[in-house]
Amino acid sequence: MPLEIVFPMTNEHELQLDLERQGVFLSTVNRFYNWGRRSSIWPMAFGLACCAIEMMAFGLSRYDVARFGAELFRASPRQADLMIVAGTVTKKMAPQVVRLYNQMAEPRYVISMGACATSGGPFRDGYNVLRGIDLLVPVDVYVPGCPPRPEALLHALITLQDQIDRQKLGRVRWYGQGAKPQTTDFPVPTFGAQGLEIDGHLVDPVGGLPLVSSYTAPEFGEMKSGRLEHPEIVRHFPIMDPSVELEHPLKARGMAPEIAADDLKRGEVGNAEA
Amino acid sequence: MLKTEELQINIGPQHPSTHGVFRMIVTVDGETITDLKPVFGYLHRNHEQIAEQNTYLQNMPYTDRLDYFNSMANNQAYAMAVEQLVGIEVPERAEYLRVMMVELTRILNHAGALGFLINDMGMWQTQLAFGMREREKILDLFESASGARLMCNYFRFGGVVRDLPPDFIPRLKELLQAMPAFVDELERLLRENEILMQRAEGIGILPRDLALAYSVSGPVLRGSGIPYDVRKAQPYSVYDRFDFDVPVGTVGDVYDRFLVRIEEMRQSRRILEQVLEQLPDAQGGHINPKARQNVRPPVGDVYARIESPKGELGFYLVSDGSGKPYRYKVRAPSFINLTPLGDMCRGYKVADVVVILGSIDIVMGEVDR
Repeated sequence: MPLEIVFPMTNEHELQLDLERQGVFLSTVNRFYNWGRRSSIWPMAFGLACCAIEMMAFGLSRYDVARFGAELFRASPRQADLMIVAGTVTKKMAPQVVRLYNQMAEPRYVISMGACATSGGPFRDGYNVLRGIDLLVPVDVYVPGCPPRPEALLHALITLQDQIDRQKLGRVRWYGQGAKPQTTDFPVPTFGAQGLEIDGHLVDPVGGLPLVSSYTAPEFGEMKSGRLEHPEIVRHFPIMDPSVELEHPLKARGMAPEIAADDLKRGEVGNAEA
Repeated sequence: MLKTEELQINIGPQHPSTHGVFRMIVTVDGETITDLKPVFGYLHRNHEQIAEQNTYLQNMPYTDRLDYFNSMANNQAYAMAVEQLVGIEVPERAEYLRVMMVELTRILNHAGALGFLINDMGMWQTQLAFGMREREKILDLFESASGARLMCNYFRFGGVVRDLPPDFIPRLKELLQAMPAFVDELERLLRENEILMQRAEGIGILPRDLALAYSVSGPVLRGSGIPYDVRKAQPYSVYDRFDFDVPVGTVGDVYDRFLVRIEEMRQSRRILEQVLEQLPDAQGGHINPKARQNVRPPVGDVYARIESPKGELGFYLVSDGSGKPYRYKVRAPSFINLTPLGDMCRGYKVADVVVILGSIDIVMGEVDR
């Protein structure tokens, strides 16, 4: 069979079956390559918080992710293809998460599991909580839920496999000559006075909303991201924001809680309010 | 005599055996640990401060996320604290339902904890699959009662949010019938297991006086031979009506803590059988109908504690008379049990660190809050 007609033939099912009966298997490079990658996505054994428990259930016998070829949890990022960000990413942990992502070899994928990893979730108002891991690394699939059920994570994995199926080798960011310098390392944030910083630019201020736009899903190698967005608008959360009047006068005065509690016991709250 | 030099090793925060994001700076001399410095805070998500911005009821789902293995136990401690603060009566049936849920939680926590412990010893996932298999059965029960597998959010002030579904009790009876076989299987699999004996016996000894000095609680304290259990020492809810024993260890090593957990699963089963016998019928009501959920407690403070599967879990609340807690403090058993880690590890080999850490059974959500 001459090689030229390989490409038009791949979609003709009958002919392909006929050839397979004779011991000839035809495929495109893309399809074959994607099939190999989609069927052996090795996740990193990397649990952050509550969602990690559901991630374990997803890997164990009942939900059995081995059916999808992704059961081999690797402890080292060098051996992993998929980072499941399972849980709240705190600002103390965020640099490590980015560093782990940088240590993974391309092609690499990220599933943002649960509300916390996606947006901060119920802890969004906290001064130490990153409001979405997509501020720092690109995310391929988001899973809603707090925590998502293992079925939801399985669905995320299937969605990721669909995305991998649609990838074209010539257009992905990690293959060929089109590779951009961005693909190698993502900037690791550092701790500034007001929150996480990248190159001196505030990313996620304490008591405010994130100042950068999130990374878009790099399905076709596209990588728009991380740029500063409306730095002039800083919306504040009440927590840790000195300009917001707090309800209780003792609290507003910044009194140590132990002293305030003693005052409450002695019934001096009335005086403080007056 | 060979001249040696000390070396510092970082374990964590990303490490498969740190049970979350926990970092230890270990100083070793050869293979022997000379010092261990824990570094916390990688999962500090401002639980207490967010709780002070929420109303009392809004905090109930947040307590689920403290110790995410035992959401029901956290709910009970918090509900008890608010009930004592406001003065809400709890119907008898609701108390029994609470005890039932918390004892089920204890079984699933210990099944999981033992699985992780063996996982840390190198039997990769085999034992964990056994523990998690039983855990899934209990999670199914939780799901049928509360609607969620993990974050149950089942308790309310003055009772529980809804009564049991009709098929809950038969399924629970089925589970309890099958349970001794599971616990025996687990024990038989491990008690004479060469790997476990080698790596657990005489490792990570926490002497009695040190355990008391560090005020540890739960299976870690009982493994050191002190029969202290809040359910016996200060019976809350309806625990004074049940007949159960408090298992204690003799040496205080990893193996003792492991045996205490196995025995506690049996005792929890005993309690559950008594709950099923004594459970009042649905006439009693699952919640006090007069209890307001949107509470505004009078000025004052309260400390309520329960025996959570990991130890003494307490909530200290200070009310200023408004609808939000003025101060909200969690006495997290994992955090306090973790403090003697350095003393427990000193003198042992570096490979024992993960086993000793696994035997404490920590959850970082509760340690860092």
